[in-house]
Amino acid sequence: MLEVFIFATLNGLVTGLLLFMLASGLTLIFSMMGVLNFAHASFYMLGAYVAYSISVHLGFWTGLILAPLLVGMLGALVERYALRRVHQAGHVAELVFTFGLAFLIEEAVQFFWGPDTKNYQSPDLLDFPLFTLFGQEFSAYRGFMIAISVAIFVGLYYVLTRSRVGLIIQAAITHPHTVANLGHNVPLIFMGVFGVGTALAGLAGVIAGPVLTTFPGMALVLGSIVFVIVVIGGLGSLEGAFIASLMIGLLQSYAIASDLGVPDLLSWLGLEFARDHPLNDLWTLTLPQIAPILPFLLLVLVLIFRPTGLMGNREQ
Amino acid sequence: MIQRVAIWLSYLGALLLLPLFFDSVLAISIFNQMAIAIVFALSYNMLLGQGGMLSFGHAVYFGLGGFLAVHALVMIEFETVYFSVVLIPLVGGLIGLLAAVFIGSFSTHKAGTVFAMISLGIGELIAASSLIFVGFFGGEAGVSGDRTYGPPFFGIEFLRDVEVYYLAAFWVFLATLFMYLFTQTPAGRMANAVRDNPERAEFIGYSARRVRYISFCAAGFFAGVAGGLFALNYEFITEENLNAATSGRVLLMAYIGGLGYFIGPIIGAVILTLMNSLLSNFTDLWMLYLGILFVLTVLFLPRGFAGFIMMHQVAWIRGKLTTLAIPYLLTGIPAGVFAAAVIAMVEMSHSESDAFNFLGLSLDPGGALSWLLMLVLASASLFATRSSLPQLRAAWEGANSLPGDETE
Repeated sequence: MLEVFIFATLNGLVTGLLLFMLASGLTLIFSMMGVLNFAHASFYMLGAYVAYSISVHLGFWTGLILAPLLVGMLGALVERYALRRVHQAGHVAELVFTFGLAFLIEEAVQFFWGPDTKNYQSPDLLDFPLFTLFGQEFSAYRGFMIAISVAIFVGLYYVLTRSRVGLIIQAAITHPHTVANLGHNVPLIFMGVFGVGTALAGLAGVIAGPVLTTFPGMALVLGSIVFVIVVIGGLGSLEGAFIASLMIGLLQSYAIASDLGVPDLLSWLGLEFARDHPLNDLWTLTLPQIAPILPFLLLVLVLIFRPTGLMGNREQ
Repeated sequence: MIQRVAIWLSYLGALLLLPLFFDSVLAISIFNQMAIAIVFALSYNMLLGQGGMLSFGHAVYFGLGGFLAVHALVMIEFETVYFSVVLIPLVGGLIGLLAAVFIGSFSTHKAGTVFAMISLGIGELIAASSLIFVGFFGGEAGVSGDRTYGPPFFGIEFLRDVEVYYLAAFWVFLATLFMYLFTQTPAGRMANAVRDNPERAEFIGYSARRVRYISFCAAGFFAGVAGGLFALNYEFITEENLNAATSGRVLLMAYIGGLGYFIGPIIGAVILTLMNSLLSNFTDLWMLYLGILFVLTVLFLPRGFAGFIMMHQVAWIRGKLTTLAIPYLLTGIPAGVFAAAVIAMVEMSHSESDAFNFLGLSLDPGGALSWLLMLVLASASLFATRSSLPQLRAAWEGANSLPGDETE
């Protein structure tokens, strides 16, 4: 029982931190532009694919550095030449545009790389068990994923709250006109933040690609969950996104690892139903089965009872 | 008034006469798809275009209506219930309405991002649940029925597609008419007001939430009708019909056609259905083109195709529409050549055979000559398009300005 718990925690931590890498960029972009970027997970997918192509020729480590840069550059271009144009038409148009972009990127990925799963390998250097617990191995690559994610969180937090650039960014979020009057190029800051946010998503894709498999549907799998996290954490709140990422990661991991379900609840209550009961699917429901829908259930509940999310500011 | 009646009569006439001119099996099946898409897209426009509620989960009402409609078909087959299959879309509609009454009761508190996120969450929730509750949703395989049972409708048993088409056409006309009439009711008018400025609407005594709720329920009902039509036409339905992809497709239709105009979603539904069924015969990449078309529409035609047509109203009234014809041709022809050249290159890079025909040209994907030709063609036509833009802009301003403005 203990070993199941420990491994579920570790796996939840890996997923949660990975989700945070995506959510941090998304929430940063949201707090600047007030638009939820639907295509964010698509940049994550692009990161994985670009890194795969680079790793075939130049090895994993080159891909780890180059792919996020390329994806970030693409993101900055999208902001500069498309999003800024749509911005004038209002928030709905922006949301619809990023939705269309997500659709387009998925098709483009299939065009350039084909519809099949890519054999994107983790580096040989990290191909050893980090430690063995109760006879189960925890691979070094997963440890590496945790290390990178934590480093990103610490780095981002430091830059945003301690450095001069971070202060200007924070000021530009709340008072863009004042910051512009002080002589800073606010559109450039926006473009930079969008670029960095998409680069972070790309980085998440690079390190997640070998573990979660690189295929054209990978954006869809994670995309809506990242949305859930950003909303649950409170739109625009980095701390909230961090807590919500870990929460969702652990929740899903525990749900998958547990073998509890409605049958256990029923037997505990002393109830029994015939197998041909019309609601048989309901009586035999187990936690691993409903693990994929838990985040969405949480999202709907949070939006109904606390629309600002866990750490969100009160709405204007 | 007469003009309006004439428009509706010609719509009815088009619906009735189309299968007489195009009577192949393919054409009829495309018309059936169009009928379903038109009702679905119009119901979506009720939410987004008229009510300002961006939904990413509209397929839920379409899908639930469709599933219950198929279950109703099965019930008719086993004589659990006894009514004619012509009423099936109504069953779908009632289920869509029921789902909307329940979900709308908590999701219409706010418009904007909160509403969009709740709709996304509900959509994912229902789509994921549909794979869990196999008994009702039939898992990956879906559920299927048979429309030919039940009491015949004046001797018609709906064995042939044409019969289904006329049934669908009847429901489409009715649904379109009622959705149009809804926009003319106080509830429909207030939906526009709440979309544009909820605060003002509240100040004059309307509950923005209540107004949104009414639109939401109506949209759910008509989405369910579309789901019922789907069930009747295909006789089966799977979880694919209520997942995010279907929700996305209806957003695409409504947006490409033109939000805010009543006719917009109809145009979008027709264009997308045609692309879906005709273009997919020629190329595997039609989804890529659809994505490009969508992004370009959002970027350059924010009001969609219907908005593009309506842009010419001023010029039309002033009788200057003809002055735009030549400038349009001067820009349109090189732009068309550019698009064709780019598509040719995209297709060449994806083609595995040695040679293929493209608009009468025989191209060789392996040969440098074909590539060079297309590159030159693309860059030349791009240059021509760009340099023709100033004359187009001048012509546009000329057509839209009053005679006195030119002295400025």
